Amino acid sequence: MSANSEHGTMTLKLIVWRQKGPNEPGRFETYLAKGITEHHSFLEMLDVVNQDLIKEGKEPIVFDHDCREGICGTCSQVINGLPHGGQVRTTVCQLHMRKFKDGDTIYIEPWKAKAFPVLKDLMVDRGALDKVIQAGGYTSARTGAAPDGNSILISKESADYAMDAAECIGCGACVAACPNGAAMLFTGAKVSQLAALPQGKVEAAERVNSMLNAMKECGFGNCTNHFECQAACPKGIDVKFIARLNREYLKALVF
Amino acid sequence: MILDGKSPTGPIESTWDKHRFDMKLVNPANKRKYKILVVGTGLAGASAAASLGELGYNVEAFCYQDSPRRAHSIAAQGGINAAKNYPNDGDSIRRLFYDTVKGGDFRAREADVWRLAQVSNNIIDQCVAQGVPFARDYAGYLDNRSFGGAQVSRTFYARGQTGQQLLLGAYSALSRQIKLGTVKLFPRTEMLDLVLVEGEAKGITIRDLVTGEIRNHVGDAVVLCTGGYANVFDLSTMARGASVSANWVAYKKGAYFANPCYTQIHPTCIPQSGDYQSKLTLMSESLRNDGRCWVPKKHGDNRPPGEIPEEDRDYYLERKYPSFGNLAPRDIASRAAKEQCDDGRGVGPGGRGVYLDFADAIGRLGEDVIRERYGNLFEMYELITAENGYKVPMRIYPAPHYAMGGLWVDYNLMSNLPGLFVLGEANFSVHGANRLGASALMQGLADGYFVIPYTIAHYLAQTSLGMLKEDAPECKASVSEVNARIDRLLSIKGERTVAEFHRELGSLMWNNVGMARSEATLTEAIEKIPAIRAQFWENLRIPGNGAEINQQLENAGRVADFLEFAELFARDALHRKESCGGHFRVEYQTEDGEAMRDDENFCYSAAWGYRGVDQEPEMHKEPLKFENVELAVRSYK
Amino acid sequence: MSLLTSSVGRKVLMAVSGFFLLMFIVAHLAGNSTIFIGSDWLNAYAEHLHELGPFVWVFRAFMLAMLLIHILFGVILTLENWGANPGKYAVTKRLKVTFSSRTMIWTGLLLLSFIVYHLLQFTFRVTPEIVLAADEVGRFDVFTMVVSSLRIVAIAAIYIFAMVVLFLHTRHGIQSFLQTLGLSNDNLQPKYALAGKLISAVFLVGFGAIPVLIFTGILVK
Repeated sequence: MSANSEHGTMTLKLIVWRQKGPNEPGRFETYLAKGITEHHSFLEMLDVVNQDLIKEGKEPIVFDHDCREGICGTCSQVINGLPHGGQVRTTVCQLHMRKFKDGDTIYIEPWKAKAFPVLKDLMVDRGALDKVIQAGGYTSARTGAAPDGNSILISKESADYAMDAAECIGCGACVAACPNGAAMLFTGAKVSQLAALPQGKVEAAERVNSMLNAMKECGFGNCTNHFECQAACPKGIDVKFIARLNREYLKALVF
Repeated sequence: MILDGKSPTGPIESTWDKHRFDMKLVNPANKRKYKILVVGTGLAGASAAASLGELGYNVEAFCYQDSPRRAHSIAAQGGINAAKNYPNDGDSIRRLFYDTVKGGDFRAREADVWRLAQVSNNIIDQCVAQGVPFARDYAGYLDNRSFGGAQVSRTFYARGQTGQQLLLGAYSALSRQIKLGTVKLFPRTEMLDLVLVEGEAKGITIRDLVTGEIRNHVGDAVVLCTGGYANVFDLSTMARGASVSANWVAYKKGAYFANPCYTQIHPTCIPQSGDYQSKLTLMSESLRNDGRCWVPKKHGDNRPPGEIPEEDRDYYLERKYPSFGNLAPRDIASRAAKEQCDDGRGVGPGGRGVYLDFADAIGRLGEDVIRERYGNLFEMYELITAENGYKVPMRIYPAPHYAMGGLWVDYNLMSNLPGLFVLGEANFSVHGANRLGASALMQGLADGYFVIPYTIAHYLAQTSLGMLKEDAPECKASVSEVNARIDRLLSIKGERTVAEFHRELGSLMWNNVGMARSEATLTEAIEKIPAIRAQFWENLRIPGNGAEINQQLENAGRVADFLEFAELFARDALHRKESCGGHFRVEYQTEDGEAMRDDENFCYSAAWGYRGVDQEPEMHKEPLKFENVELAVRSYK
Repeated sequence: MSLLTSSVGRKVLMAVSGFFLLMFIVAHLAGNSTIFIGSDWLNAYAEHLHELGPFVWVFRAFMLAMLLIHILFGVILTLENWGANPGKYAVTKRLKVTFSSRTMIWTGLLLLSFIVYHLLQFTFRVTPEIVLAADEVGRFDVFTMVVSSLRIVAIAAIYIFAMVVLFLHTRHGIQSFLQTLGLSNDNLQPKYALAGKLISAVFLVGFGAIPVLIFTGILVK
């Protein structure tokens, strides 16, 4: 294959999951990505392939993407078995082709979890994550009723801890990576962020219970502490937040 | 026509309070009878939908993303301004007001800016209450940093992800209302038309991006929170899905589009690396707090940056603007970078880049402090460029970033079409010709949390309930119009892809209507845009059909609108024979290359009215009066 | 009762019951270790246990309850987890999952069958090879019973295999129950993982040594 590549560019073999709709059977199709440089992002590589497909009169590969700077959490592909491709703290849109070499074969699949039905090709429905937040991922602060921002002092340690949890971009890689299709890292991060702050403590008990219920209703699995989620998380959210969720659950149970 | 912004009169300090008292209210028991359609769920949309739902209105919220949490407000990095004066460094509501009016190069309405500065403090309180983890100092107090265009530290931040945290705060408030049933959410839904009845905005026509269904939603008011149009340049810092479409259909239905030529080019972005590139990545301008911009003094100095000695470096911002230095406002910093590159002293591939060097700051504060402040930005830079910013200077170049222009609104944020409210970046209101850093987040949340809840009541109290029914002829006509356009797009079956057209338009816009514009480049753009548009409608290829997920079709609709909008953009730039803020006309500059405003002839907002795709638009003027800030040459020297 | 229905509640039950089972294993290992000192000690220990009378039955009932809870929720949670995951990826790559964490249900079920076998053998004493006798001082001769059984190759193999399975199960189980009970953080977690490995290794060596030493004829008296 290398022989076909122009100087300094790569040709890659893509094996991509194609699926018409939620209830249609899917299958793998093979495509060649040609003329790719090390500066292409992974999604730009797919853009190139899609342009070629359109020119050939075929349907381009559907995939979710938006900000392309690693913060909106829209992009969602399992690349060679790993959500977002497995580069540390990197979303698909920030993954660059310098991580691959000419002639590589790349498997591209959608997130797989019962709670995330495939809509088309690599695009899945992650509405379940919104449902979990709707169940209690907030403080019930009315607009306009807030006291001065400095009236509640929050230690730097707590603020930093909350921020570590709040960095979650809601992409769902944790669910996609979890052998149990669980959303504990996602839920744990939100529960921990709010439980660590005085503003969120008030509703902590109710929050953890209703978010856990919503998780179950949405069809997410249970945590068995594999910690695969942390390894897959493009923001490096720590499983300590799952322990915190467990702690908050026990607190709610006992007190 | 002369437009009236309906600003309240009297001493500016009390305008908003007075106005709030003068406005009509809706009885709490009646609120649930009113349905409000909120389009877009970024900072403005999410905060508006949440606040209106909380008040008891019946709200429907729409976004094209799969979740409200993904709106592009999420990408804002640096921070949010507020006049809290916590650092005791002389800040006040008046100073924030003054800085914003001056930063906007005196092209914004005073009363609107005052209100923004006034409610800025409430925003911080509101966000803290929501659990937004703002940075704190060791004593537990909120921390501030400084930002371009200001000499006080008034920017609140949450690491390098302030937009994300504020949006998640608004999203959580919205989620709470969804749970309570006051807000109904429609994700993966794109607004494709505005429905008017008796001249009032009462409904929208949307496409369900999953099923392809085209349908109406009717209500008693429509609130557009649909963001900016920087993607008209194709390559910008915007999300790929961001478009002008919602605003454009409103414009075509009679809403005025104000000051489209005011676009912000952000100075600290990662330079383009090739033609395949799909977006330009911004790095927070807070980097300029500790980074120093420089280029080699000599032309063709190809030594690696580390080998160029101090005396051969030109710290051009510090040289040109000694008092603001590297913290000069965005428009000025961007233009200065372009100047150096045009002069042939740019660095990196194609010579389109300047260095942003942290060596001094690292030497002074240590790498750990810099990592603590900007760690995620350095990480992002390395992901994209494979270069380590701690070891070698970053390379940056300006990129289209923000739209100061937008739909014209009055003081109540209502457009000239009654019932159509426009919030956040989608409107034109407070930033004038240039927006200061950390003010976009402030505006989005101010409009959504603290302005629209009051001003919409004033309109609703005066309109009749349920004017538009779903089976009304206006609705049917709109659906069939939208369907007809989709059919037309799908039936072209030409040779070229949407991306190719977008790239062609974008490069024309960047070259001719970008950072420096002239009568010649603008005239050329106005001639060429209709030709690209004609090509588009003759030779576009969209695979698939409209009754399924079809991303090419979605993009085609957006690019079709950009192809019309671009012309208005260029016309506005051509008509404004002055340089101000983000609008720089090479013919109108001082001897040392600074923007030269013409307050005599152009101290107004230009609001354009639609007269047909191939017709020249009609211009309406809203004169700007400056009673509290003296019109002055904006100097950062 | 959210303990029985919620995801974390059930896991807490798993963790707590697992903790008691783990404590039992520790106690059992301590008791069994008397065998290394000599037959007299082991027989005395067994005799002493039986003298506790009704307490033995209370204790047995409690352990049985823990065991049943552990099994019941282990099976329920696993079935739910299988249901939540619709299928494997074409390429399977794991960054953190271990053989031990992935096979908990199987090692658990193997341990269950081992426990049944072990009880039938040395508690109910109904397996065919069992040798029932009294020692010199008239106590039931546990030592002889154990040694004569474990000298049979198949039985020794079963015991050694079971202890490997136990190693795998507790290796993940120990760090897992600490995490589930919320006693973990980023600093402690790696320590727990290490402790889990070490404790499991102690189980493996401590319990495993008995069949190995007996079968190889080193432990005869």
